[in-house]
Parts: sequence; structure tokens; C-alpha cells
Amino acid sequence: MGNSKIRCFVIGALIMFLFVSNKTQAQNLANGKKIYETRCLVCHQADGGGVPNMNAPLDAASNVVGNDITRLVRIVKYGFNERVELDGLYYSNSMTPNPDLTPAQISDVLSYIRTSWSNKATKVTIAQVQQGIKGSQKTSTK
Amino acid sequence: MYRMKKGIYLLLLLSISVHFLANAQDNAGLTLPNGFKANLFAENIGSARHIAISKNGVLFAKLNRADKEGRTIIRVEDENKDGISDKITGWANFGGTGIYLKGNALYASSNSAVFKYQLDGNYEVLNPLSPITIVSGLISRRQHESKSITFDKANNIYVNIGAYSNACQEKDRTAGGLGMMPCPILDSAGGIWKFDATKENQTYGDGKRYATGLRNVIGLDWNLQANKLYVAQHGRDQLNTFFPSLYTDAQNAELPAETFYEINDGDNAGWPYVYYDNFQHKKIVSPEYGGDGKKEGASDIKNPAVAFPAHMAPMGVLFYTGDQFPEKYKNGAFITFHGSWNRAPLPQEGFFVAFVPFKNGKATGEWEIFANGFAGTIDGAKITSTRSAKARPCGLAQGPDGSIYVSDDTKGSIFKISYQK
Repeated sequence: MGNSKIRCFVIGALIMFLFVSNKTQAQNLANGKKIYETRCLVCHQADGGGVPNMNAPLDAASNVVGNDITRLVRIVKYGFNERVELDGLYYSNSMTPNPDLTPAQISDVLSYIRTSWSNKATKVTIAQVQQGIKGSQKTSTK
Repeated sequence: MYRMKKGIYLLLLLSISVHFLANAQDNAGLTLPNGFKANLFAENIGSARHIAISKNGVLFAKLNRADKEGRTIIRVEDENKDGISDKITGWANFGGTGIYLKGNALYASSNSAVFKYQLDGNYEVLNPLSPITIVSGLISRRQHESKSITFDKANNIYVNIGAYSNACQEKDRTAGGLGMMPCPILDSAGGIWKFDATKENQTYGDGKRYATGLRNVIGLDWNLQANKLYVAQHGRDQLNTFFPSLYTDAQNAELPAETFYEINDGDNAGWPYVYYDNFQHKKIVSPEYGGDGKKEGASDIKNPAVAFPAHMAPMGVLFYTGDQFPEKYKNGAFITFHGSWNRAPLPQEGFFVAFVPFKNGKATGEWEIFANGFAGTIDGAKITSTRSAKARPCGLAQGPDGSIYVSDDTKGSIFKISYQK
């Protein structure tokens, strides 16, 4: 009897937890989408396709869905001013820095980018963002 | 009964779509004025930028990057003269945009130099591994690095050196950032330089800054009738991104104009200090230099001969001197438009070839779409992402029979457009 009560409680709590965490995750992605649309879309385009020769694609780009989260975090925060080779092609335009974005906002927008279009990479946590922007160097890593 | 009806409808639908497809195939998918026809002269030749054609119809294309065989100048020949290429060869290992054929000399540019190749009587290259360097050491810093070339009636070569910046901000492409005063980029870029094509191994000191204040020119051509240089400028980007309090998304989608200039020695088109507003018909001070969207720039800055909608990216200019097309096209200019990206979040525009009528060596100020449909969308569906355009018009050349050729640097197609009475 007691056992089943506990079981009920645990399952209930689990459902509540999943519900709440799903809700916050959905909210985070919605925030990320909003940030993408106001700051990133103009260059990287509505489908994350970028612009040939000029602005790097984010959809299906190896570096974007890759494991070097620190690099992604630093590019978003500090911008990018180098000739970038991505999957065999080169992109010429400078990337605008976003110094005013908080770690939570950077986590939201990167999570949105890494899980949108054909991308199915892991989300980026706030802790990973905080880790990524540590250090005094104010420019992006190569 | 119901099934039969359904079958008839299906058949009807099928025949309509087959009809549409067949029509589209007719002109390589392009929409053209009455009497014009198009076909694919070549396909999949690589990132074909500018093109040139010999007197016997051999086409040369400059590739932006090497093809699978490591070639960057592609020679396309139609040996059996059926209107479709059947012999494709190539050489050279430097990516770039510019190519120009003068007699049996073929000039081609990398992003920092101009080289000359000698061709034989059949327009086969004689020195593929040892070109003569005409100019080198030109600035190439990622943005606007392509070096387009053209010639005047004498042996002078005009080279575009694009500005390695959007609007000469202290830090390129930053929100609210101020412009440098004076803009130091203009000393060595952001203009057209003139060199003597008969001299070897030249660099900045040997040439002359012929025109300045041009952010980036890719399309340029010499108008033989007016005996003047004409250039098409890519206007600056991102007014709304960097100055959201002054410009809305919708305003940025339409500003500034892409501009086409008649260039005289010493002209200044005003970049980065001003841009051309095609609604107010004024040169407006850039927000990086204290502008508010209304304040007018200095009056001695060149006015454009023609202003086009914003961000469409003019890539090639060709003054038509042939006899095949109807009279109205003679000595007028064709201009290819690559198609925009900076109109986002609004739909992209461009992806067509425009025609600019001229009268007595002067642009009338009007323009019209000549060939459309390169992006490959059906019935006006809008392109929302630049990469989804199937083809993007780039280079232009006139064939010996008066047909014109248009290159696409996305898939490497060459479209041939002809007129039949």
C-alpha cells in the first residue's frame, strides 16, 4: 500500500519535473529563435544557409554542430574577423560582436542554432557559455 | 463515375504541368522579351565569374575557386556549332573574377594581381604555366577582394580594388560604430585604378587612382560610343542592423540604391561618407558619419547615371554592340544582378539580367528586367534565403553572332540568349 503511494508520488513528481523542464527548454529555444531573428538572420538567413562566399552557413556546418562549444561562444560574444574556411569553402564578411548578450542569451541562441533546420547537435548550457568566455582575450579564438 | 471524374481532373492537371515544364525548358527556364530565346550553352563548369568570347566563339570563364581538376580558367568550345558546348578544357591555379580578351591576349585576375596569357590563332593558350604579370600586390583583405578588369580603346587596363569594409567603421560591422575620418582605406582601395597594359610587373605606384569613393565594383565596361568607363557599385549593407533607431527593416531592404556610374578621370562616388537614396533622389550622409537618413552629402559627389533597388548586387556590365538584337538594345547596357541577401528578413530580390537603354551615349535613367527566372522559382515565389537560388547571374559577354552569354557562379551554367525575328 505504502509502496504504491510512494510510487505514485515519484511518478507524479517526475511528470511535473519533465513538464516544467520541457516548458523551460521550449521557452529557451523560443528566446533563442527571437535572438536569432533580430541579430543573426540578416546575414545567416532564415534557413541558416548563409550567403555563398560571404556569410558562413550555420545549417549543416561541421563547426556549428561540432564539439568546440568554446569557439562558438567566443564568436557570438566577440565577433569574428578572419578568413574562415568551412567545409571546403571560404567566407569573407566580418561577424558583428554581441558583447551585450548574457550567458543565458548566448546559451539560448546557440541551442536554437544547433537544433534548428537540419542540425541535431546538443544544446549549449549556461555553464558552457561561462566557461567559454573566461579569460581576458577579447577577440575570438581561431 | 466519381472515379472517372477524378481521373479526368488528374489527366488535366498532368497535362497542364507538363505544358508548363516544357515551356520552362524551352528557354532554359528563363523569361525573356518577345522574340528572344535562351539555351544552356554549358553546365557545371565551376564557379564561373566573368566571361569573355573570341571572334570564333570560344568562351573563357574565370572561376572563383579551382574546379575538381584544379583549374581556374575554363575554355569552352562548341566544335560542332550546334549551340551547345562540346569541348571543355582549362588551366591556371588562382581563383578570381576578372577576365578580358584583347585580340589574342587573354588577361585574367586573381584577387591581388592581373596576368596575361598569349593565345594562338585557334585561341588555345600558349603559356598556361608562365603568364606575364601585368599588376600585382593589390590589396585583398577578405571583403570585396575580387579584381574586375576592363580596357579602354587604347591599351589601358582598369582594375577595381574593392574596399575591405562595409562603411569604413573603426571596427567593421559593429552596431553604432563611427566611421574613420578621413577613411584610410581610400588610399589603396575603394576605387578604380588605371594601369598601362603593355607594361609588366606594375603595382600601385605605377598606376593611377582613376576614380574613388566606390565601395565595391564587380561589373564594369568601357562604353565605346561615349568613350567612357561605366561601373556598377554594390551599396553598403545593414543600415538597420547597426542603426536601428534611424532605419527599419523595411527601409534597409530598400536602401541604399545599387548605383551605375559614368566615370570620368578623378570622379568621387562618395563612399563611405554618403550613400544614394533612390526615393529622395539624393546623396545622404552615412549614419557612421553623423547622418540621420535625411542630411544631404557634399554636392561635388558624383550622381549615378541609373539607380537600382537596394542590395541586388550588380555583377557584370556589357555594352551591346551587336546587330542581332532589335535596335533599342544597340549601345545600351546589360547588367547582371546576383540577387540580394541583405533584404532579409524581407524576401530577396534580383537574380536577373537588366537592360539600361542609352541614347547618344547617355543613360536615359530608365531600366527594365531583360532576363528573369535564374533563381528557378515558379510563378513569382519569393526567395527567402540566398542559397536557395538555383542560379545567380554573374558574368556577361557578347558572342560573334550578337548573342549574349550569361554565367552563373553557383552551378556553373552558361546561358546563351539570342534573338530571332
